[in-house]
Amino acid sequence: MPRRLADTAAVATAAVVTVCCLALLASCLDGTAVYWFGGWVPRHGIALGVAFAVDPVGATMATLAGVLATAALTFSWRIFEAVRTLHHALMLVFLAGIVGFCLSGDLFNMFVFYELFSVAAYALTGYQTTDPGPVRGALNFAITNSVGAILVLAGIALLYGRAGALNLAQLGQSLASRPADRLVIVAFLLLMVGFFVKAAVVPFHFWLADAYALAPTVVGVLFAGVVSELGLYAVARVYWTVFSGPFEGVQGLRGILLVGAVTTALVGGVMCVLQHHLARMLAYATVSHVGLTLAGFALLGPAGTGGAVLYLVADGLVKGALFISVGIIEHHLRDTDERRLAGRGRHLPWVAGLLVLGALGLAGVPPFGTFLGKALLEEAALAAGQPWLIGLFVAVAALTSAALLRATGRVFLGLGPGGGPAAARRGPDESAVRHPHAHPTQVAPAVALLALAVAIGLWPGLTAAAEEAAARFTDRPAYAAAVLGGAAEVPAAHPPVLLAAPAGWAVLSALLGLALAWAALRPDRLPAGPRDRLARAAAPAVAALRRIHRVQIGDSVTWLVVGMAGFGTLLALVTR
Amino acid sequence: MLKFLPYMVAAWLLLVGLYGIVTSRNLVHAITCLSVAQSSTYILLLSVGFERGGTAPVFLDVPVGTRAVDPVVGALTLTDVVVGATVSALLLALAVQAQKHQGTLDPERFGKERD
Repeated sequence: MPRRLADTAAVATAAVVTVCCLALLASCLDGTAVYWFGGWVPRHGIALGVAFAVDPVGATMATLAGVLATAALTFSWRIFEAVRTLHHALMLVFLAGIVGFCLSGDLFNMFVFYELFSVAAYALTGYQTTDPGPVRGALNFAITNSVGAILVLAGIALLYGRAGALNLAQLGQSLASRPADRLVIVAFLLLMVGFFVKAAVVPFHFWLADAYALAPTVVGVLFAGVVSELGLYAVARVYWTVFSGPFEGVQGLRGILLVGAVTTALVGGVMCVLQHHLARMLAYATVSHVGLTLAGFALLGPAGTGGAVLYLVADGLVKGALFISVGIIEHHLRDTDERRLAGRGRHLPWVAGLLVLGALGLAGVPPFGTFLGKALLEEAALAAGQPWLIGLFVAVAALTSAALLRATGRVFLGLGPGGGPAAARRGPDESAVRHPHAHPTQVAPAVALLALAVAIGLWPGLTAAAEEAAARFTDRPAYAAAVLGGAAEVPAAHPPVLLAAPAGWAVLSALLGLALAWAALRPDRLPAGPRDRLARAAAPAVAALRRIHRVQIGDSVTWLVVGMAGFGTLLALVTR
Repeated sequence: MLKFLPYMVAAWLLLVGLYGIVTSRNLVHAITCLSVAQSSTYILLLSVGFERGGTAPVFLDVPVGTRAVDPVVGALTLTDVVVGATVSALLLALAVQAQKHQGTLDPERFGKERD
């Protein structure tokens, strides 16, 4: 197939998928859209067939994946001159798997789609087989995630043995009558850990940096934008449809999930600051934001869920734009290490602008959609009696935006130790520059993604819509009725969210991020005594954190087992 | 006791497979261990749907109400086998590439490019 034809076909397919998902989203706003394959509709409330059950949250995830895939394919138009159509085919299979995963109302089908997009993702990570890095990243990614998938399947088998059903609504209905016993707890543990691996919740995240950073940057757009989030989506979907009944009275579950969320957010944030490789920095920013989103889901209520979904969508768009920007840098300068790139990005002012805007988006500054998501999350945290979570949100936003602003300052302005004015004067390294200016098909997708993230932030009535969608997402009986019986749902009304205090927190996050970035770039301006004391005090912890993250395949599976044992022990304690 | 035997076998296979992956110094060995862990799910699924004294789930020429094993788990296991085969094939292909470029199958001797 001629190259341009393949490009056009791939972009057009992804765009059509996006439009269809949007149409689906619009059509399910009034009530869950259910489709039974082969006309196997439930009889007397018993589901034998396999269904797609589409609610606004699932349709939103599918749309997000479609948007990111369209942007990534448009971007790859000029990047991969040498690559054959294999890349396009894999990207479309990947997208198909994700869309199926988001729409499925059947637990086993969720597993099949999960494996489908995972296998496409492994292949996409490792297909640049001339390079040793991606192959190594893909191996660790594939083995760790396959172990996760095995755990998910074992959990499904146990649930099927107990309830005799695979439909999410049916499972929820038949488990709801009794509190969780040992079998249900073990099934819950297996399913949650399996999805936590995909979501890269600490300590199940060790595969992520290698996979995201060593994969082609185009693929990173989808990975960082939507794949980790899908793990969280699955956690929330399965919890609310299946396990919310038997775990209703379990008080400690929220605490366990919050511990995981806080650890993930902080480890990801600190590791993000410690990176110099731009894609690796974004990979850890993803981990950190997964922690933040998990905190929203962990509040186990509609408000936190709504905030988490809104945040996750806006954050995915921003992260996609950032990955594209890093891809442009890689394409033009043949490098993504901020130290080696110091001062070499001066002729790409567009990209600098994109990175700064992206950093502001990560910090959750209005009018980015991340701001609205965070405002909802903060409100939910206050309502749930966990006001300290706001501090976590500020810290995460400051850390990730600081890392990005520091890298931008170094690459585009030549600031910082190591670079210095000499490096800045050197200007673009002609030998390394193939194309002097960024091409519109490279910059446009990133600009479009950022514009969408802003549009989400400015859309009137979106917080109310998100809360309503979340109220439906977390309403197990209504979901079961919609799937099995076709009863109408009554969405509850919500008071409008107050945005003044969250705006203050957002500005504080951005200022903290800016201050941290400045401190990293101009350490000579800081008072020497406290600076050196702080550096000495932090050094052992930083070294330990770096050492832990230098992992082989075996290590990341070891951490998986350890994490599962820990989670299982805590679950056993709180359900005693 | 015999009733729980398949479940114990499934748990054993999962643990043995994970142990193999964790301690492996050879990619092909690690991938085989992954298949071992995966086969625990086959046993688990099949034993969940097993019916003592049941026939194969073919309801032709048998009286209504004949005991049969659950056909759903059979379908799930088949899907699972296909998925497992796909993953193994892809992983082995990656291992071949790793051997080609690194000259070794030992993940600990792969070149490092981390900061």
